[in-house]
Amino acid sequence: MHFDAFDRYHEKESFLHRLDPRVKALVTVIFIVSNALLPDGAWLAFIFGWIFLIAANLLSQLGIGYTLKRSLVALPFALIAITVLFTIPGKPLFTFQLFASHFTVTDAGFLRFVSILIRSWLSVQMAILLVAVTRFPDLIHALEHLKVPAILTTIIAFLYRYLFVLTDEVFRLLRARESRSAATTGNRSGGGVLWRARVAGNMAGQLFLRSYERSDRIYNAMLSRGYSGHLYTLNAHEMKPRDYYVTALAIVVIFVTQILGRF
Amino acid sequence: MPVTHVKNSFAPPEVGGDVLVVKDLHFSYPDGHSALHGVSMKLSVGDKVALVGPNGAGKSTLMLHLNGILGGHGEVEIAGQRLTRDNLPAIRAMVGLVFQNPDDQLFSPTVFEDVAFGPLHMGLPEADVRARVDAALEAVRMTSYRDRLSHHLSVGEKKRIAIATVLSMNPSLLILDEPSAGLDPRARRTLINLLRELPITMLVSTHDMKLVQELFPRTIVMDEGRVVADGLTTEILEDETFLTAHGLEKP
Amino acid sequence: MLYSPVQPMHIPDGFLSLAISIICWVITASVLGLAISKTNKSLGEKQIPLMGVMAAFIFAAQMINFPVAGGTSGHLLGGALAAIVLGPWAGMLVMTSVIAVQGLLFQDGGLVVMGANILNMGLVTAAVGYGLYRSAASQSKSVKLGVAGVAAWLSVMTGALLTSLQLWLSGTSDLQVVIPAMLGVHALIGVGEALITVSALAFIIQTRPDLLAEGSESAKGSRNWVFVGGLIALVVVLFSPLASASPDGLERVATDMGFINASQSAPYSIIPDYTLPFLGETAISTILAGVIGVIVVGAVIVLVGRGIKARA
Repeated sequence: MHFDAFDRYHEKESFLHRLDPRVKALVTVIFIVSNALLPDGAWLAFIFGWIFLIAANLLSQLGIGYTLKRSLVALPFALIAITVLFTIPGKPLFTFQLFASHFTVTDAGFLRFVSILIRSWLSVQMAILLVAVTRFPDLIHALEHLKVPAILTTIIAFLYRYLFVLTDEVFRLLRARESRSAATTGNRSGGGVLWRARVAGNMAGQLFLRSYERSDRIYNAMLSRGYSGHLYTLNAHEMKPRDYYVTALAIVVIFVTQILGRF
Repeated sequence: MPVTHVKNSFAPPEVGGDVLVVKDLHFSYPDGHSALHGVSMKLSVGDKVALVGPNGAGKSTLMLHLNGILGGHGEVEIAGQRLTRDNLPAIRAMVGLVFQNPDDQLFSPTVFEDVAFGPLHMGLPEADVRARVDAALEAVRMTSYRDRLSHHLSVGEKKRIAIATVLSMNPSLLILDEPSAGLDPRARRTLINLLRELPITMLVSTHDMKLVQELFPRTIVMDEGRVVADGLTTEILEDETFLTAHGLEKP
Repeated sequence: MLYSPVQPMHIPDGFLSLAISIICWVITASVLGLAISKTNKSLGEKQIPLMGVMAAFIFAAQMINFPVAGGTSGHLLGGALAAIVLGPWAGMLVMTSVIAVQGLLFQDGGLVVMGANILNMGLVTAAVGYGLYRSAASQSKSVKLGVAGVAAWLSVMTGALLTSLQLWLSGTSDLQVVIPAMLGVHALIGVGEALITVSALAFIIQTRPDLLAEGSESAKGSRNWVFVGGLIALVVVLFSPLASASPDGLERVATDMGFINASQSAPYSIIPDYTLPFLGETAISTILAGVIGVIVVGAVIVLVGRGIKARA
């Protein structure tokens, strides 16, 4: 497994890349909140939001279709919303029959369903762009600046640092298991479910012990460099003029989107 | 990759007399296993000493005593200061302990944050911290790695950054646990050159006898929790019977 | 793709209403605030590296799978295991970090709805898992492990139930469909969770029992957890058939409370009616809408002013 398997950041010198991470995080969240506030069927607003998104894609120098290509990640969850097609009262669009039950899709239901999908689709793309133009350690700094408790940001920093190391161990354990998962011809292989669960649990237990002992060694390393319970960080992000302007601009865009959504 | 021998501008603090004094150190683990049986040694300024011995000899245990992570019976003095529970922060600024597995040593997301950790926790102002980080990375010839993500580095790169993380504290004594383990020949050669250039008192535990022969004029041999030899590397490495008796081989 | 996207309980943005998201954030933030103050007292210096590495462990452990039947596989969510092994509060912090990184880095779960995701998968699972496990604190090892399995299963079911309720109250899913669907799917997933949790726990008990956080809670604190965990589990057991049986009663309550306005397609109109939800068309809401408008304009002016000042 390559060490950048979990990397989502793409190095570029674009305008977006150089923005303060706080601004990028805030604008992303405001955009998602704005989507949530738009009523069903606010087509003009949805399109305006989409244009904003495409403009951000272009500004990032990652290609106009960067987020589009990755946007289908949340699609399977759409199934959970399918019931609104039938349960929201309105003018019937069409009816079909499934196993002796009649299902009627209404216009309001269809509107709600499509709107949910669009809101989700727009929001996830902005989130994708956020981590594509912001180095994750900088995003952690942004969280610190935005007053997320230090203990949480520190755990997240450790999680990020050891993400690859531990998942690499898991993959080695999985590969070792696979190498020993042989089958002789004629016999059904695989063992029972309980046995397989036990093997998986042993792997998890093994990983836990190694992780625990690793954390002991890390603790010693921290002690050796002067750690005594309080963690200090240097967090040198300064807001420049363009950061303020971009935030102001984003607020204006969101406001306009909301107004468009009420027509 | 061409090797350049540039004079290293890194300079540890001035220390008079012995950098390290260990007097009759005894230690048993909580489970009863006795690890050190009266270990004594002295290191003077500028000494570069190899610490060798079979696995289980107590080398790592000894090293953990030298910056107070483990505490046994006996005395440990760093640059004239007796190691007690009260002056641990000061001791830890003077002793730079580099562990065997660099993944344990590099625990921050970026190289900069890891190298800055030591000086930052010493309470230094931001400008000083930055200056120390630059100096330490320069000393290990990895200035361009400052903003890199730790998990992206190769083992050899991590080992050198790990050394930088303790150099930024300006220690008087550098202690390394198996620095060349797991390195490919090129990375090993880079490390050897680095250690040769660093003008700092060193105690290095290793199984790499060629490394011992090349870099360390003095060797301490440990076995079963005791020091069984302490002298010139050339002499110790000549005595093959002795080496074999303590699980070692001539390079 | 190396990291498998979208697991059934990670809600993406857009599927929960803003009101529900905010309510969940308030609950989550309060519980996390409590968890932070509690862990500061108990674990001491070692807590930061320990919890950090444990968070990476949970994340990695979620990738350990085993084939159950016909192409499906069992997975670990880890809330119960984290709480049993690290203690409930530390377990919650660890799970929160995992869910945060999953949402932020991999878009597995949304950002605005993260409060709900943390509540469902991190807080409630830890509470139920730990609470029920502690109820068997003085029993034999096999009983303890059995209870741990049930606790793990129930923790998943509780999370699924909460998720269903949030989706229903947001007007995204129909109650009669989402509850049986989510609970049904997670009844199966929960079995996988129970199996891995139990066998991992058995392994740890056998090799390093000293590592379990069993002694960390006082007797009184332990009883509180049993109570909380048991209460939540009881709610799950009673609520699910009840919800399927009489959804109309629940719908009426929810409509009265203003959560669901199934008849309107645009429940939140600010302009041009100049009203705010939950307040109805009164003078107060009109004024408030105007105030909000002023604040927005003011914020823009301040930011531009800061930008100009920063340049100077």
